[in-house]
Amino acid sequence: MATLQPTRHEIQETEVEIGESKLSKISFYLLMTLFALFFLLPLLWMIVTAFKPFEEWLSPNWIPVNPTLENFTSIFNDKSLPILNWFFNSLLIALLFTVAILIIDSLAGYAYARLEFPGKNLLFGLMLATLVMPGIMFLIPNYLTVANLKWIGTIQGVIAPGLAGVFGVFFMRQFFESLPKELEEAAYIDGASVWQTFISVILPLSKGPMITLGIITFLTSWNEFLWSLLILGGKRTALTLPVGLATLQGQYTFDYGKLMAGALVLTIPVLILYAFFQRYIIRSISMTGIKG
Amino acid sequence: MDRKVEALSVPATRKARKKISIIPYLFIAPHLLFFAAFLAWPFLYGIYISLFKFDFLRPERRPFVGLQNYAELFDPESVPFDDFWNGLSNTGEFILWSVLPLVGIALVLAVLLNRNYPGRGIFRTIFFAPYTLSVTVAAVLWWWIFQGQGGLINNVLKGIGLTPPNWLGDMPGAWIAITIATVWWTIGFNTIIFLTALQEIPKSLYEAASIDGANAQQQFLLITIPMLRSVMVFVLTITLIASANLFGQPYIMTAGGPAEGTQTVIYRIFIEGIQRSQMGRAAAMSILVALLLLSLTYLNFKFFGSSQEQ
Repeated sequence: MATLQPTRHEIQETEVEIGESKLSKISFYLLMTLFALFFLLPLLWMIVTAFKPFEEWLSPNWIPVNPTLENFTSIFNDKSLPILNWFFNSLLIALLFTVAILIIDSLAGYAYARLEFPGKNLLFGLMLATLVMPGIMFLIPNYLTVANLKWIGTIQGVIAPGLAGVFGVFFMRQFFESLPKELEEAAYIDGASVWQTFISVILPLSKGPMITLGIITFLTSWNEFLWSLLILGGKRTALTLPVGLATLQGQYTFDYGKLMAGALVLTIPVLILYAFFQRYIIRSISMTGIKG
Repeated sequence: MDRKVEALSVPATRKARKKISIIPYLFIAPHLLFFAAFLAWPFLYGIYISLFKFDFLRPERRPFVGLQNYAELFDPESVPFDDFWNGLSNTGEFILWSVLPLVGIALVLAVLLNRNYPGRGIFRTIFFAPYTLSVTVAAVLWWWIFQGQGGLINNVLKGIGLTPPNWLGDMPGAWIAITIATVWWTIGFNTIIFLTALQEIPKSLYEAASIDGANAQQQFLLITIPMLRSVMVFVLTITLIASANLFGQPYIMTAGGPAEGTQTVIYRIFIEGIQRSQMGRAAAMSILVALLLLSLTYLNFKFFGSSQEQ
């Protein structure tokens, strides 16, 4: 089995030039534009539908004749759809999860990268082994564990199992291993403890990878569906936005404008994050690439 | 942990005689706690549950049944047999629909992005954007686009005089809709992995080839493709696993229909374990599916992976 290993390079400019002739340049851009439209038009259609009044939902116009906010006001005013609750549940869960992951995984990653202790290789091997295990194996038993803890319908029930994940530990470990050892040796000579060294020497150097891990963790949590559905599905006010939107669909089956308004509420924070932190998100993906 | 064992196994150099510190354990403890509870324990607990008739809602009656939950899945006369194999074959069908476009188109997109031209960053941003959305958004959006009445696609088809199909209510329309939604949503991930790998190929190889007179097609076939071999196996494997885990899209777009035709095996496990609270049976199904996935991963690496590695 191959091992996960971050590729060292970020995506960068390459030397390969596109075709020389004007014709091949035009056809190249035409092709790229077609692909771009495939990715963009559905998003645009979501936005267009969300701002259309009831009469226009089913008509094919791309610009609403009478643009309106009524889809948004009606889902926000519907007492049976506590969409603001869902929004804050999602936000709280994603924030708590992200902070917890950053703390837990940077601590563990540092120990696995730099500290020596009996059992280290065994534990690390166990963690590696879970990477190849299909997630479905853990679904039912983890649901029972959460139920036994009386955590069904709670935030901790959604968050806790995800904290077992090993991706962040590997990610941070890989970064800490790339730091020069002299940094810590200098701190130890000055009489600093392991803990002090970690807090005041190592962490300040870890901003980049921490932001990358934080963003990707936040996104994953914000978008997560199946587990939240299992844990929160029975309690309407406790839902997250992705589960809430699925509920919305069950309730407003053919109220397309309202559904797209709901989808947009769920999407806007993500697209804002993406706009600002695109570099970090894409880097974290390219780091999951492997070498043989 | 056990100091005696440590003292025996490590040569008594000055360094090794150093007292074992508790500090490293404090660093790993928070993660280890969750790891033990939600990744190590459920591995064993899942096997344990699968040996019982484990009805979640009736804790007083959970008889030990040995391997019966597994045996049932291979007994055509049993209750869960049809649904389980229907789910498994539906998952297999989706793998056949989805893996080729998810890998092939991603490779094309990556090659197109791996060139130097104005606007390339914008195209990369656009191609990857849907990956940042929730499965619910992707599925609800494409469910709307594929609606039989008033959906975008059927509006276009009507406009050019074609009879619009009832995509989500018919076969193979439902699979086509789910596949397109999935490609749109997730292909950015594979594209970025391929793009990173393309940029790792040493440029000197291409320079040498073009000095030897190789044209662009020859360079692609003789340099790019062989150099992408290991990343190809990786992308193929994770795409296979992701497709085998299909749940959210049919849950939202088709509710498993038409006629349970898009009810995947994960969907089935969800119904069996959560909705019908038959957790012993669901655990047995999960373990069987996991074993299948592990063998697929293994075969993948065995047949496409190892040889010719440098």
